[in-house]
Parts: sequence; C-alpha cells; structure tokens
Amino acid sequence: MTSLPENTGTKLGLVIDLDICVGCQACATSCKEWNTGGYSAPLSDHDPYGADPSGAWLNRIHSYEYTRDGTSGTLHFPRSCLHCEEPDCVTVCPTGASYKREEDGIVLVNPDTCIGCKLCSWACPYGAREYDHDDGVMKKCTLCVDRIYNETLAPEDRSPACVRACPTGARAFGDLGDPDSEVSRSVAARGGFGLLEEFGYKPVNRYLPPRDRQPDPPAPSPEATPTPEPDGSALEALFAWVDRTLTARS
Amino acid sequence: MHPAYSVIFFTTASGAGYGLLFWLSLATAIAPDALGRWPSLAMLAVALVFVTAGLLASTFHLGHPERAPGALSQWRSSWLSREGVAAVATYVPAGLMGLLWLLGLAEGLIVPLALLTAAGAVATVYCTGMIYASLRTIRQWNRRDVPWIYLALAAATGGILFGLLGGLAGVAGRPIPMLTLACLLVAAGLKHRYWTAIDADPGAYTAKMAIGIPGLDTLRPLDAPHTMPNFVMREMGFTVARKHAEKLRRLTWIALFAAPALLLLLGVLTGLAVPVYLLAAISAATGVVLERWLFFAEAEHVSQLYYGRSRA
Ligand code: SF4
Ligand code: SF4
Repeated sequence: MTSLPENTGTKLGLVIDLDICVGCQACATSCKEWNTGGYSAPLSDHDPYGADPSGAWLNRIHSYEYTRDGTSGTLHFPRSCLHCEEPDCVTVCPTGASYKREEDGIVLVNPDTCIGCKLCSWACPYGAREYDHDDGVMKKCTLCVDRIYNETLAPEDRSPACVRACPTGARAFGDLGDPDSEVSRSVAARGGFGLLEEFGYKPVNRYLPPRDRQPDPPAPSPEATPTPEPDGSALEALFAWVDRTLTARS
Repeated sequence: MHPAYSVIFFTTASGAGYGLLFWLSLATAIAPDALGRWPSLAMLAVALVFVTAGLLASTFHLGHPERAPGALSQWRSSWLSREGVAAVATYVPAGLMGLLWLLGLAEGLIVPLALLTAAGAVATVYCTGMIYASLRTIRQWNRRDVPWIYLALAAATGGILFGLLGGLAGVAGRPIPMLTLACLLVAAGLKHRYWTAIDADPGAYTAKMAIGIPGLDTLRPLDAPHTMPNFVMREMGFTVARKHAEKLRRLTWIALFAAPALLLLLGVLTGLAVPVYLLAAISAATGVVLERWLFFAEAEHVSQLYYGRSRA
C-alpha cells in the first residue's frame, strides 16, 4: 500500500561519518555486488566497459571541497536512500509497489508489481532511486533487508553490505528510533544531522559532520623562500654549467 | 526534467481529446438534438481516438506496460492512480452515449450520460495536472495553477477540434467558438503569470542544505560519483539554455495563443469554419507540443543540488 504507516517504532537506518569517509567507493561496489544478486537483483549495467557506461547503483559517493570557519577540506559524501519517515516517493506510487514497512521503517519497491512509471524517482529530492532499464522496475537501497534478518548468515554479517565493507568504519547501522542505540548515541555525541531537513520528508539516515580542524596554515609565498648567496665554489660552478647546458637543450 | 516524447504526446493528445469530449457532452446536455446523431457519433469517435492514443502512448514509457491495471489501485494517495481511475471511468458514460446514438435510442438518458462524460473529462485532465503539481521536488511544477493550465489548454485545443469537426459536419454554432476563445485567453493569461513567476523564483533549496553540514561557508563539487551521467542525471538533470527557452516561449505565444485566437475571431466574424479551424488546429497543435516540451525542459529537480546546481 502506498499510504504511509502511522508510525514506525523502529527506524532502521545508517549513520555515515563524513569525518572519516575517504571516498574509496568500497561501500558502493559491495552494495552493487550484493544487490545484483539479492532482493534488488539484477542491477543492470549498460555498456559497462565501453565509452558510455551507465547502470543502476543504490549508493553513490560524491566528493566536494568545502570551507568552514577558515578551514578547508575535502568531503567524501556517500548518498543513498535515507528511508524517510514521510516521503512522497511512497504516496505517489500508483501501484502500491513503493512502500514503507511498518515494522522497521525500511522503504522498499516490490519488483513484482512495479510498472516502471518512474514517478517515485521524481518525488525523491535526494536522487536516491535509479531505474533499471533492463528489468523495467525502480531500484533503491533496501537497507539489505535480505541480510539484516538473514539467519543463514553469520551474526557479524547481518548488517548492510556497505557497512560491512567500509574499511574505515565510517558507516554504522542501527535503530535510530531508539535513543539508547549505539547509532543514536553517536548522533547525539557528534551533532549528527539529516540531509535537506528543510524539505520535510524527515529522513532517518544521519550524517556526522567533519570534526573541527586546525586553521589552514598561511600559504607559502615565493618571496619568502630565501635564495642563498653565491659562494664562488667549484661545485657551484659545476651546477651552473649543468643548468645552462640542460636549459639550452630543452 | 527530461522531456519524454511519449509523455508530451500523451498529455497533449489526451488533453485535446478530453477537451473535445467535454464540449461535445456539454453541447449534448444543453441541446440534445442540435448536433444530430451522426455528427455527434463521429465527434465522439474522434475524441476517443485522441484519448486512447494518448493513454496508449503513456504506457510506452512504462517498464512493464502489462502490469498497468495495477496502477488503478492506489487512488487514495496517488494522483497518477486517480488519473487512471478517472480515465477508465470516463469511458463508461462516453461509451454508453455512443451506443445510444448508434442505436438511435433513449433521448431521456442522453443528458445524464453527457453530464457524467463531461465531468469525467474534467476530472481526468485535472488529475493529469495534479500528478505534476503535487511533486514538491520541482518548483516549476509544484504550483496551484498547473492543473488549471492543463484544463484551460485541454478546453482550448478540444474546442478547436470541436469547431473543425462541427464545420466539416455543417453544424457549426456560435457559443462554442466564443467559449474556446475565452479558454484560449484564460490559458494565455495563466501561462503568462506562470512564466513570470517561475522566472522570479530562485528556488528555496541550496546545495549547502542538500549536504546539510552546519556552518559551511563554501561548497564546490570535486569528483562526480560516476564517469558518465546516471539515470538521475539523464532523467532529472535535463536543462535548456535560457536563450533557447526564450525563443521557444515566443514561438509558443504565436502558435498556441495569438494565431489560433485571431483565426477563431476571423471564423466568428466571417462564418468561415473549416479552413479557419484547420489552420487554428495545426497551429495550436504545434504550440501545445512546444508548451509541453518547455514544461518539462524548464523544470529543475532538487536532486541536481548534489550534481553541481547551487539552487533549486
Ligand atoms: S531518500 Fe528518497 S527514495 Fe528514500 S525514502 Fe526518502 S524520498 Fe524515498
Ligand atoms: S516506478 Fe514502480 S515503484 Fe516507482 S512509482 Fe512507479 S510503479 Fe511505483
């Protein structure tokens, strides 16, 4: 049903630490690897090794450059479905294929009833849904619904593929509806925030901001580098000759 | 937003078809015998061909057209679903009306059926407009006047078709051309307001809001997440150059509003119907396709804030 559940006590989601993400794309590739064989299978690619590659991915990592309080930095920014509490991507769906689960808040697409009208992707401000041109249905992050409850996996593997893959531990998974969960506590401690809160879909996933840095040191100016006085030694004459010869050649 | 030809064709063709259906039903409800049985039937057939061709075209851009009946299920929340329900429901009184005309039966029943058909046509076009107007992610669409522009343009283009077919059948009357002209002027007024408003609105959301980190001074994209455009960029990142759009807007003014309005006036004054309406129909058809193309091409999606746009 495309009507939203009244209220989901449990709000499963991700917390992404922008302070330590290095933009290595491990989460994106392992997401692709798991989900092209899991609930969202397939995640088709077109011309993957050619001149115009494209394909359905559920997680995308941007890099930006920012300045804040006199410091500058590089920001690696993973972007995937935020499993919003009140998203129109669910309510606009004409078939009921796009839905939000009452039990844990995960937003899913039913691949058996989706007609591929793409309207839900138009309703998502985060660009989190990608259409699969081969499969003819909409694809999106499932929060690895086929891993997190999967008792055939080892307990440590029952978390989203991206969280398992991240080499720096920048991604965490848990219940953001429970203020005592580990993820909620890290959000409280670090001033975690949601994306585009002004828009009003109430995203569940949180991001942790880059930590404050030392102010950038002043950029060295060329005049500041002292040039040593010539001392007239044989070694200096030799280097002067090498310099002249090489300059003349090039 | 990427202007998909199937959707442009769908909204313009079905819009004109529902417009024609509306005027035909209205004329029938007011004066059941004025048009005559066979001209009415012919007009109904043309209207349903336009509507059906449009609806079929709209299924071409679906990934799974065979599952389309499922789209009728979520009318409680989805304008797309409501549009489907309204479209299917309108076929019922329209079809019955045609059946009565075909069999030459039941004069008394035709009026309620005509009223239901007219209401169905209005409801369907309104829902089409609301599919776009309900999307908060696109400021050029998320406006109260969008469904009214859809309605006014459907009434105007349908009215021109009605005049043309009426002329061909030799049953042209006066009130409908004047009403068509009025709809054309209303649509022109609404569209003028619409373009002025979207040009003046810089967009409420910024790239810094999209990233969300409190206290950012500057932000600039460094590396894109993919080497070539993905679905989100191709579908939602389509932009049209300002200069190009202005040229197309001027063409729309001429083809959709000015030329058909003058031709309609000429028709009313001279009593010439067929050649005048034929020219008006060709011009308005070109104009409405341009208008719809621009409606998509000028629409900016909030998701593009992640891809380098600074406001949306
Ligand atoms: S991020 Fe987009 S796709 Fe995910 S729930 Fe929110 S609106 Fe829907
Ligand atoms: S693409 Fe599928 S999931 Fe999305 S709105 Fe259309 S039918 Fe629903």
